[in-house]
Amino acid sequence: MTARVRAQRGVCRNTGHHDPATTWRACGGAAPAAMFAVALTVLVGASVYFFVWGKWNPPAAITPVGNEIDAQYRLTLIVTGAVFILAQLGLAFAILRYRDRGKVAHYSHGNSKLEFVWTFSTAVVFLGLGLLGYKAWGTRRLTPAAPNAVRIEVTTAQFVYYFRYPGPDGKFGSTSPKLIDPATGNPLGIVPGDPAGRDDIVVPTLTVPVNREIELLIRSQDVIHSVFVRELRLQQDSVPGMTVPLHFTPNRTGRYDIVCTQLCGLGHHRMHSYLNVVSRSEYEKFLTQQERLLQQTSSQ
Amino acid sequence: MSVKVEVSARTQAARLQAASGGPTSFVRKYIFSTDHKVIGIQYYFLALAAVIAGVILSAFMRLHLAWPGLQVFGGTMKPETYEALLTMHGTLMVFFVLTVAPQGGFGNYLLPIQIGAPEMAFPRLNMLSFWITFLAFACMISAFFVPGGAPLSGWTAYAPLSSLGQVTGPGEGLGQTMWLVSIGLFCVATLLGALNFISTTIDMRAPGMTLLRMPLTVWAWFVTAILSLLSFAVLLAAAIMLLLDRLAGTSFFVPAGIVVSGKLQAHSGGSPLLWQHLFWFFGHPEVYITILPAMGVTSHVLSIFSRKPVFGYRAMVSATCAIGVLGFLLWGHHMFVSGMSPYSAFAFSMATLAIGVPSAIKTFNWLGTLWRGKIQFTTAMLFALGFVSVFVTGGLSGLFLAQPAVDSLLHGTYYVVAHFHLVMSMAAIFGIFAATYLWFPKMFGRMMNETLGKVHFWFTFVGAYLIFVPMHFVGLAGGVRRYADFTAVPYLWSLQPLQRFITWAALVTASAQLLFFWNLFRSLRHGEKAVRNPWRATTLEWITSSPPPHDNFAGEYPRVYRGPYEFSVPGASEDFVMQSEGDNV
Repeated sequence: MTARVRAQRGVCRNTGHHDPATTWRACGGAAPAAMFAVALTVLVGASVYFFVWGKWNPPAAITPVGNEIDAQYRLTLIVTGAVFILAQLGLAFAILRYRDRGKVAHYSHGNSKLEFVWTFSTAVVFLGLGLLGYKAWGTRRLTPAAPNAVRIEVTTAQFVYYFRYPGPDGKFGSTSPKLIDPATGNPLGIVPGDPAGRDDIVVPTLTVPVNREIELLIRSQDVIHSVFVRELRLQQDSVPGMTVPLHFTPNRTGRYDIVCTQLCGLGHHRMHSYLNVVSRSEYEKFLTQQERLLQQTSSQ
Repeated sequence: MSVKVEVSARTQAARLQAASGGPTSFVRKYIFSTDHKVIGIQYYFLALAAVIAGVILSAFMRLHLAWPGLQVFGGTMKPETYEALLTMHGTLMVFFVLTVAPQGGFGNYLLPIQIGAPEMAFPRLNMLSFWITFLAFACMISAFFVPGGAPLSGWTAYAPLSSLGQVTGPGEGLGQTMWLVSIGLFCVATLLGALNFISTTIDMRAPGMTLLRMPLTVWAWFVTAILSLLSFAVLLAAAIMLLLDRLAGTSFFVPAGIVVSGKLQAHSGGSPLLWQHLFWFFGHPEVYITILPAMGVTSHVLSIFSRKPVFGYRAMVSATCAIGVLGFLLWGHHMFVSGMSPYSAFAFSMATLAIGVPSAIKTFNWLGTLWRGKIQFTTAMLFALGFVSVFVTGGLSGLFLAQPAVDSLLHGTYYVVAHFHLVMSMAAIFGIFAATYLWFPKMFGRMMNETLGKVHFWFTFVGAYLIFVPMHFVGLAGGVRRYADFTAVPYLWSLQPLQRFITWAALVTASAQLLFFWNLFRSLRHGEKAVRNPWRATTLEWITSSPPPHDNFAGEYPRVYRGPYEFSVPGASEDFVMQSEGDNV
C-alpha cells in the first residue's frame, strides 16, 4: 500500500489510503517547514535589531540607582536574549530538519541525564539573575533615607498631585480629612490651629535640588494612584490609609514627567505633573518665592 | 486479601446508568443535559460567544487608542467608556474564555473519555456548574446595560476604587455590583467543576490506567482542577467581602479618612492591600489555570504529529505539579510597588524565577519530542508549534518583571501588557486552537478544512507577534497601560506611531479569525465524515466512534496496557500502538 500512497504527490505518508477522511495534503511538506523557519528567523532578527537599536529605550537615568537598574536590565536582556535566540532557532531547526521525509521517527522516551543538567543550569541562571538584581532594589527600598534628606509629602487625589514642603520650621502640620477643601485653598486639610502647618507650602509640581537625597512621603486621599518618573526608574503606588516613604538622589537638572500608573478612574490618563530638578540656588529661590506667596495670601 | 477491584463502585454505577441510553427529549439531551460531552460543547460555545464579545471590545479600544478623535456611533469615545471596555475585555477573556474553554470545554468533553470512564463522577453537578457559569455570563454582560454602565476598575477591581460606589466613577455603581455578583457565581461554578474533575480523575479511571499512564492532557486538567479548587475559593471569599463593603457598610478594604470629591466616606479600619493579596492569591494561580491545559494539549499534539513518544513524560508530569505548587507562592510579584513590605519582594521574586525552571523543562521536552521525529504539519500541529514559540517569548519577558528592581521601571506599562498577552493569552488561545483542530473530528464527527486552518494559523501566528512585540517597546519607553488616550502627556503621544502600528496589526489579526469561525461552522455540517482515529493517535478517545456514543464506549470499556504516547515503537506493525492494545496484539 505504501508505495502507491507515496506515489500520490502531496499525500501524507503515515495515513491509510483506504479512507479519504484520513488523508490530508502535504502534511510533512517542505513549504510549511520553510515558512516556519523563516518566520522564526525573522522574529529573532527583528527582535535583536530593535533591542540593539534602542530607539525606544527610556531616556538616561538620573539617579545612581537608576543606572544600577539599567545595568541589571541589560544583563537580563543578554541572558534572556541568548535563551530566546537559541530556543526559537532550535525550534526552527527541528521543524526544518525533522519534517516528515518518509523515514521512521526515532523511538525514545527521553534522557534523564540531559533533563537533569538542563534543570540544574536553568535554575542557576534564573535564580542567579534574581540574586544579582536584588542589590538595586535593596539600596533604594531596604535602607532608610539619610536624616538630612529633603522631605516632601506627596498626596494624590482623583486626578491631581499635591506636593507639600514643611517650610522653614522643617515640620509638616497635622491634617484632617474633614478639613479637605480644594475650593477654599486647603486641598490637604491642614489643621489651621497647628503652628507647624502655617508655613507648609503646597504646590502642584515637584521641585527638588540636584545631588541631594530626596525623601517622598506618599499618601492618597481617595483611591490608589501612583507616582512614576521613568528617568528615576521608579514607581510607587499611593495607598489611602498608608504613608509610603521613598528616597532617591537625582544627579541631573531638568524637567521630567510624573504620571499615574495605577488605574484610578475616568481621569487616569490625564493625571500628570512634573518633577523639576534644579540647582541648589534655584531651589532656594523657589522656596523663598513660595514662602513669600504664602505670607501674602495669609495676610490678606 | 481480596482480589483487586477493577473499577470503583461509582464507575460501575455510572456504567449501568449510561448503558440505559441517553435521554431522548430535546431539552434533556441538548439543554439540561448531564452528559459531559454535551456540557463540554456548551462550555465551548459559551467561550466562543465570550471571545467574540471580548475581541470586539478590544477592537474598539485599539481604534480609540490609535485615533482618539475618531467618531464611532456618532461621537468620540469617553474615557469612562474606554475604561469600561478595558474592564470587560479583561474579565470576559480571563474568566469566560481562558478559564471556560480549555477546562470546562475540552476538559469536560475529553477527560472522562481519555481515562476510559462512561461519565463524570457527578453528572448533575456538572450540569449545575455549566448553568451557573451561563448565569454568571448573562450577569456580566448585563452590567453594560445598567445605569452608569460597566465598571471601570479593571479586571483586578482594586479597592477602594471598586468599593465606594458611583462616587469614584461611572460604572462603579450597579455595574460594579453586577460584576461582583457575576464573579461570585463564576467562582461557585468553577469550584463545583473542579470537585468533579478531581473526583473523576481519582476514582473513575479504567483498569490499567495508572496515574503515570494518563495522557498529559489529563494531568494538566487534573492539576488545573486542584488549582481552581484552592484559588477560586479565595476569590469567592474576597468577592463576598467586597460586596459587603459596597452594600452592607463593612470596611474590609477601606481605611478611615477617605475623601472622594470632597465627601468623607463613612468607612474605617480596612486595608486596600488586603484586596490585592486576596485577589492575586487567586489571580496568579489563575494564570496557570489558563495555561496548564494548553501545555497539556501542546505535549499531546507534538507527540502525535512528531510520531514520537513525549520526551521525558515523567519530567513533564513533575513540571506540571511543580508549577501547580509554585504557582501559589508568587502572587506578590504583582505587588512589588504596591506599598507591601519591600522585604517580601525577595521571596516573591525568587519564587517567580523558580517557576521559570519547570517552564524551561517543558520547553526543553517539547523540543526533545520534535528531535529526530517525523513532523507532520497539520493545523493542530502548527498551533502547537506556535504555542511553543509564543510561550518562550512571553515567558522570557517575565524574567524582567520578576525582578523588583527592573519591575520599578516596567510595572504598570505596556511591557506588562505585552508579556501577559503573549505568555498567557496568546499561548492559551493557541492551545485552544490546537485542541479545536485536533478534537473537532471527535466531537462533531466531521473534519475541519485543513487549508483554511493553515491560512488561519499563519495570520494568527504572525499577527500575534506583530501586535505584541512592538508593545514591549511602548512599555520600555515608559508607555503607561490603561490610559484612555495619550494626549495629555507629550512623551506618551510621541509613541503614537507604535500604537497605530499595533492597532493595524490587531485589526487584521482579529478579522482573520473570521476564517476560523467560517471553518468551524461550515465543517459542522459540510466537513468530511471523520473516522474513529483520523490522526492515527494512541489515547483512548480514538478507540471510540466519532462522535462517541452516550456511554462513550458503547458498552465495551477499555483496559489499558501501556503509556499514552507509544509512537514508532520498533517492531510494531503500525507507527502507533493504542493504549488499549494488549501485549499479544
